[in-house]
Amino acid sequence: MSGLSGMVPSGITGRGMALLVLAALGLAVAPFVADRYLVSVLTTVLWFAYVGQAWNVMMGFSGLLSLGHALYVGLGAYVSAALFVHFGIGPWAGMVLAMLVSVVAGCVIGFLGFRFGVKGVHFALLTIAFAEVARIGFDHITWVGGSGGFFLPVEAGASDPLNLRGSPVLFYYVALALVVGALFLSRALLHSRLGYQWLAVREEPDAAEASGVDLFRARMTAVAVSSALTALGGVFQAFYFNNLFPEQVFSMGRSIEIILPAIVGGIGTLVGPILGAFILTPLGEALTFLIEAGGLDLPGLKQLFYGAALVVIVVFRPEGVWPWLARRLRLVRQPGEGA
Amino acid sequence: MPIDYYLNIAASGLLTGLVYGLAALGLSVIFGVVRVVNFAHGEMMVAGMYGAVLLGGWLGLDPLLSAPLMAALLFACGWLLQRGLVNKFVERPEHMQFILLLGIATILVNAMLMLFGPDARNVQVPYSFDTVEIGSMLLDAVRLRAGAAAIVVAAALFAFFRFSRTGKAIRACADNPLGARVVGLNIDGLYALTFGIGAAVVGVAGALMTLLVDARPQLAPEYTLLSFIIVIVGGLGSLPGALLGGVLIGMSEALAGFLLTPSMKSLFSYGVLIVVLLLRPQGLLGKRS
Repeated sequence: MSGLSGMVPSGITGRGMALLVLAALGLAVAPFVADRYLVSVLTTVLWFAYVGQAWNVMMGFSGLLSLGHALYVGLGAYVSAALFVHFGIGPWAGMVLAMLVSVVAGCVIGFLGFRFGVKGVHFALLTIAFAEVARIGFDHITWVGGSGGFFLPVEAGASDPLNLRGSPVLFYYVALALVVGALFLSRALLHSRLGYQWLAVREEPDAAEASGVDLFRARMTAVAVSSALTALGGVFQAFYFNNLFPEQVFSMGRSIEIILPAIVGGIGTLVGPILGAFILTPLGEALTFLIEAGGLDLPGLKQLFYGAALVVIVVFRPEGVWPWLARRLRLVRQPGEGA
Repeated sequence: MPIDYYLNIAASGLLTGLVYGLAALGLSVIFGVVRVVNFAHGEMMVAGMYGAVLLGGWLGLDPLLSAPLMAALLFACGWLLQRGLVNKFVERPEHMQFILLLGIATILVNAMLMLFGPDARNVQVPYSFDTVEIGSMLLDAVRLRAGAAAIVVAAALFAFFRFSRTGKAIRACADNPLGARVVGLNIDGLYALTFGIGAAVVGVAGALMTLLVDARPQLAPEYTLLSFIIVIVGGLGSLPGALLGGVLIGMSEALAGFLLTPSMKSLFSYGVLIVVLLLRPQGLLGKRS
């Protein structure tokens, strides 16, 4: 038992649906009412929500703890950026190769892990090891800038959506589209044959295998879907920030930031990663703002806060904020409750 | 001449590796008994390093003398951590334990960053630049002392688990928690004791490490990962395996730093890890489960 059972709500109530539609509408019109700073914060929130959703496919749906998701972000980012800078291939075409490279990396890790029975914590360690190898390796690949960083050309005022060049609002809507797309994809996957297999593998691998689920295949597809989705987050990151440093992109800290939204919001739930990102990022921003307003220079405080958030959540709300909130506000029907 | 060169590098790698091995021993002890992976291990080690640095700065204390003090301090911290938080998680799913300790690790490393800043700090010892000639090899005095101290502590730990009543009780807990409870052992108390011992061991390793490396907060996650690699290479739950793994990783790092570039040396450890996971997933001295 992974302890995640009963986290797939049996259905959303009318009230929950109304709230969801309201939130979606709010996000859709946000750039018309919010200022530049708020849009940038919201874009960050949506980015973390998206990669959190992507990570959730592996941990939440299939019970595979990956602590090296920065690897897939980084590969997606570097592949698409290299294609753009060196060959002039735009991100919409480049993302195909970016996802492919990421999936291959994921499948190599998955193959090594599942084929050789590397389980639980050891599997998590394997994912960290590969992300670290990439971090150190990319420091030495001068073709993409090495440790000095890799930069995408920036033209002020350029508007070229075909190459994902444009205003912050463009990026905001791309990020929003990613989150909405991932939400619908996750929902569709969870209610597919594959999704039921994942849940079975997560809860009782032995029983799942006995009833004819191909464990290896189910786990490999989870890794493939998750790494492909995460790579898209990397493509976005590369073109949004226009600079890549191996020490940041592939860092262990980044991998932890990726897992936080889903843990805080609720592992294995559809809304959890999104809610988690909306809780954590604004709190982090507020903290940074307060520190700066107080004239203090404390570089570790934001991370310290994230660490404390992890401990508090895992001690007091181990199933995450969303399942608890949804129960309290009656946003989802409880199992057994009539429609 | 070249062969002497390699011998010299391998020998200093071996001595560093003994300290690595000692740190990994702490991780192995905790995992072997409590079945919880201490993801804050490197953070505890760096806390030990800063302790030795501070004691060295205030009292001019040699890290070899700070080591027992750090052991006592980290024992208390480890004991309290197990009693207060980790014990509630022993029966919880693995990923929850992992996340809890990841959170603790994040708090620790950033607290150290805020307290001590990102700059490297070291301890001044009178023998920092001394070398000892053994045959055709020239070894650093600091490295020899650190390696020797690591062996002494490891031997004491082995003796404790082998001969003392408490050590035997802890081993009984590790082998069969239910059986141990049935014969009347206080499992929670022994778990706390074990976590304390593991933390104390890594605190000593940290204090010894200040003889070889300057203390920086950024070292913490690196040491956590390094300890993991060593434990897996050596074999989970095998104490001699952890020491052997440490020596192996220490030597391969030293040689890689010499043959390639120093910045790529940890790449080599990950290479060793991946090869071991593939060819012998139970580790060099581990038993197949």
